[in-house]
Amino acid sequence: MSTDSATGSATDLGLPGLRTGTEGVPTIGEGETQTGKDFTSDQEVRWCPGCGDYAVLKAVQSFLPDLGLRRENIVFVSGIGCSSRFPYYLDTYGMHSIHGRAPSIATGIATAREDLSVWVVTGDGDALSIGGNHLIHALRRNVNMTILLFNNRIYGLTKGQYSPTSETGKVTKSTPMGSVDHPFNPVSLALGAEASFVARTIDSDRKHLTSVLAAAAAHRGTSLVEIYQNCPIFNDGAFDAIKNPDTKADAIIPLVHGEPIRFGTPLESGLGSKALVRDPAGSGVLVVDSADVDEADVLVHDAHHPDPSTAFAISRLTDSGYLNQSPIGIFRQVERATYDDQARAQITTARGGAADDDQQSRLAALIGAGDTWTVV
Amino acid sequence: MTKQVKQLDRVIIRFAGDSGDGMQLTGDRFTQESAVFGNDLVTLPNFPAEIRAPQGTLPGVSSFQVHFADHDILTAGDAPDVLVAMNPAALRANLGDLPVGATIIVDTHDFTARNLAKAGYEANPLDGDDLAEFAVHPVDLTGMTVAAVKEFGLSRKDAARAKNMFALGLLSWMYGRPTESTITFLERRFAKVPDIRDANVTAFKAGWNFGETTETFIVRYEIKPAPMAAGTYRNITGNLALAYGLVAGGVQSGLQVFLGSYPITPASDILHELSKHKSFGVTTFQAEDEIAGVGAAIGASFAGHLGVTTTSGPGIALKSEAIGLAVMTELPLLVIDVQRGGPSTGLPTKTEQADLLQAMFGRNGEAPVPIVAPRSPGDCFDAALEAARIAITYRTPVMLLSDGYLANGSEPWRIPEVSELPAIDPAFATVPNHGDGDEAEFWPYERDAETLARPWAIPGTPGLEHRIGGLEKGDGHGNISYDPANHDYMVRTRQAKVDRIAASLPPLEVDDPDGAAKVLVLGWGSTYGPIGAGVRRVRKAGYQVAQAHLRHLNPFPQDLGEILRRYDRVLVPEMNLGQLSLLLRAKYLVDVVGYNEVRGLPLKAAVLADVIGGLVAEAEGIEVDLVTSPAGTGTTDGEDDIA
Ligand SMILES: Cc1ncc(C[n+]2csc(CCOP(=O)(O)OP(=O)(O)O)c2C)c(N)n1
Ligand code: SF4
Ligand SMILES: [Mg+2]
Repeated sequence: MSTDSATGSATDLGLPGLRTGTEGVPTIGEGETQTGKDFTSDQEVRWCPGCGDYAVLKAVQSFLPDLGLRRENIVFVSGIGCSSRFPYYLDTYGMHSIHGRAPSIATGIATAREDLSVWVVTGDGDALSIGGNHLIHALRRNVNMTILLFNNRIYGLTKGQYSPTSETGKVTKSTPMGSVDHPFNPVSLALGAEASFVARTIDSDRKHLTSVLAAAAAHRGTSLVEIYQNCPIFNDGAFDAIKNPDTKADAIIPLVHGEPIRFGTPLESGLGSKALVRDPAGSGVLVVDSADVDEADVLVHDAHHPDPSTAFAISRLTDSGYLNQSPIGIFRQVERATYDDQARAQITTARGGAADDDQQSRLAALIGAGDTWTVV
Repeated sequence: MTKQVKQLDRVIIRFAGDSGDGMQLTGDRFTQESAVFGNDLVTLPNFPAEIRAPQGTLPGVSSFQVHFADHDILTAGDAPDVLVAMNPAALRANLGDLPVGATIIVDTHDFTARNLAKAGYEANPLDGDDLAEFAVHPVDLTGMTVAAVKEFGLSRKDAARAKNMFALGLLSWMYGRPTESTITFLERRFAKVPDIRDANVTAFKAGWNFGETTETFIVRYEIKPAPMAAGTYRNITGNLALAYGLVAGGVQSGLQVFLGSYPITPASDILHELSKHKSFGVTTFQAEDEIAGVGAAIGASFAGHLGVTTTSGPGIALKSEAIGLAVMTELPLLVIDVQRGGPSTGLPTKTEQADLLQAMFGRNGEAPVPIVAPRSPGDCFDAALEAARIAITYRTPVMLLSDGYLANGSEPWRIPEVSELPAIDPAFATVPNHGDGDEAEFWPYERDAETLARPWAIPGTPGLEHRIGGLEKGDGHGNISYDPANHDYMVRTRQAKVDRIAASLPPLEVDDPDGAAKVLVLGWGSTYGPIGAGVRRVRKAGYQVAQAHLRHLNPFPQDLGEILRRYDRVLVPEMNLGQLSLLLRAKYLVDVVGYNEVRGLPLKAAVLADVIGGLVAEAEGIEVDLVTSPAGTGTTDGEDDIA
């Protein structure tokens, strides 16, 4: 690991043979440069004015050159939804596929080709409703790819029905008396599926978003990045509490690996007025007044802990109703063998150095094996 | 004791027992012995959907039928000449299929009051004269097996389990089968458990010796090897041949095969088999469901592999939307449907051909998909290669319709020379294809003038970055387009591309020996054998009938319409309610006659012969008599099937 993201999460775990997410992907030559413009396609962007998707697109376009990868070796795959139009606006290889299935298509791409940097763009409906099965299985397999989950807590493209992340009671066209569905917390879900990299960020915080993207790309395995994304048309203001300068200090619980978790309006000391501590009575974590705890008792964020329990407990501090409080940052980042690396390694082992031009004679041996007899 | 030896030209044996009795293995070994001996043969395994239905009951009966002959045969036979029944349920379940005079060998050991009751017998059928029409040989196979393997100190249960090998030994003796391959097989299979290995080999030999010494069996039969075209042969099931065909598709195209699949009967064996061939660069991905299986295959194809997905009918239903995506993105993809009885879960272990219309039309929008179908187990190899050729050349998903009968049935297969297999050129795009010089661009939907195929530019190719997807494409440049005229044009173009495949197909072979037949029998898929056998019967009785069999169901061969019109009557036998008939009537306005059965079993040659005979009588205005045949041609002896 060698990332220097603003999350400060990059630490060498000292494990042998670990590789970064982009290892094996060809890089641009020395002296060559790339800019955001190189990654911008000639297609007109067609989201509604003010849509949070614009900010994410800009951030990604300006971040991709930093990876230093060859543009032709980057693939974006999306499902269906407003956010899933994303690949059309990037001048890389891309596929705008079908509703919910992008993770499975990306699994095929990533497993087939080590030399590609594979990205999935999906929405809360796409990833968690119709595609929920593919999402959890991608996470458990740990296929080397980065999933950007645009969570606007609504179905945008179909014009405003509630989604699997909408709060209970939400009034939409399909729930005139309020939704009676209990929402998913995407981070909790991903942690439950044993994802090796789980993060949350916000469309409007370019710096944080970029740092999380960098860490996600550097991670080998499936990186799930939940992006809070405002839909001004059908769910405007869903994230106001964490965006409003007056409230955000109390609403955002910032997660930085190795740092004590404090937030809230700063005290005179400059430290946040609130802190996380372990719940002495149970397995969870609690939000307490900073003033009431010893420095030593404040929970220090450990994204690399092999046991996801604490990360999960932190994820439960996310409001499931209107979002007045939410942890933001990298919840978990652990090394685990990836499906695609192992699948390719089995092929390499099975091949045992057999030359490609030998295929036909080996085919003849294969089909000619077993109990045979010859008629003359 | 002197034994008589009788010459036969063909025999149909059915091994039947409880699901746990190892009948599939027994049948398979007998088949291998017969194959190595040089007989022509066709097999029909038949087993319950439950892994172990309650022991001793009718639903728990599993059977394996093998038809072997000294001449070329086409089916597993309508009715067994010999039934080996390992328990009362096996006897009862199969008795109805036996012709008068058939031989029955029963293991008497399990004919206890309890087992008789489980099978629904009130009295022991071996005691009365219920079976008077048959030649019954009651033998205590289990008892003799246990005695023979005593020295290995196995539990009684384990010892008794070798009874199938005793039965195999006895039958091998009766029909003069070579035994080495079975002994080698047992030694290999049970290498890690020496007592079980020795018990099985001993039981097998004891069964043989029992035949040799007992007075119960005084006749041995000899079925000479069948003349076959020169070459090296092996016995092969459809699923194995299909898996080999997919490996061959990879080798011949230079593409790595990527299989995305979710287990389902009767297709799973293809997944199992391909999983063994990683040394050919084959990736097998066992997905979380059928949709993910096809999704991953599409992703792999986008990335430049040969994407394949294998399933049966219910899986195709789940994959439909993704297959539509492959139609729209115009990526090569092989979709293998090993059909089984439907609808819904239907008859998982039985055969049927009722997915043709699903393959043809089972997608939203105008989404044409080429369809190919193998006609016999060995033919699955060629069909897979042909599907790969079409998919890669025309950048399209291709549906291959096999079925449960082909999948598990087997036949001798002449192993092809690899050097004679067709080469397939993936012809990846490497440079911009639109405009000149510095202005040159890559247009992902600019088509080949002849095939209408679009270029296949894989990630990693500099300068050809492009986006594809399920939204309608503008002609040529491939950007999203909602233009009405463009949509109309693109819909027609995708159809025209599939239609153009017909130009690459050979003329349909029509077997009409004297060119004088008025009736044509047209089939597709696994009905080839029964239709061929039925046609032979009718011809043998002195009548004219033509036969043709379709490899390509979409598009049809270019000359099909003309061929259909050449005949007064066209009979289309199918294991469905008339799906090919519907397509033919719609496309050619020809009033074809269907013969349709959906019993989960292959069609019977004798039944088809009668149906064909009836049509010949109508078309030619003559009387058709298939039993007493005309002027001195003798009986129907020597034919494929006699029911
Ligand atoms: C199989 C299928 N079912 C339904 C739809 C309709 N549909 C398109 S997008 C969408 C929901 C998208 O919501 P989300 O994933 O949250 O994306 P957003 O538009 O909010 O970015 C639905 C239901 C479809 N395209 N395909
Ligand atoms: S509907 Fe909402 S999510 Fe979709 S483009 Fe408009 S603002 Fe964005
Ligand atoms: Mg949404």
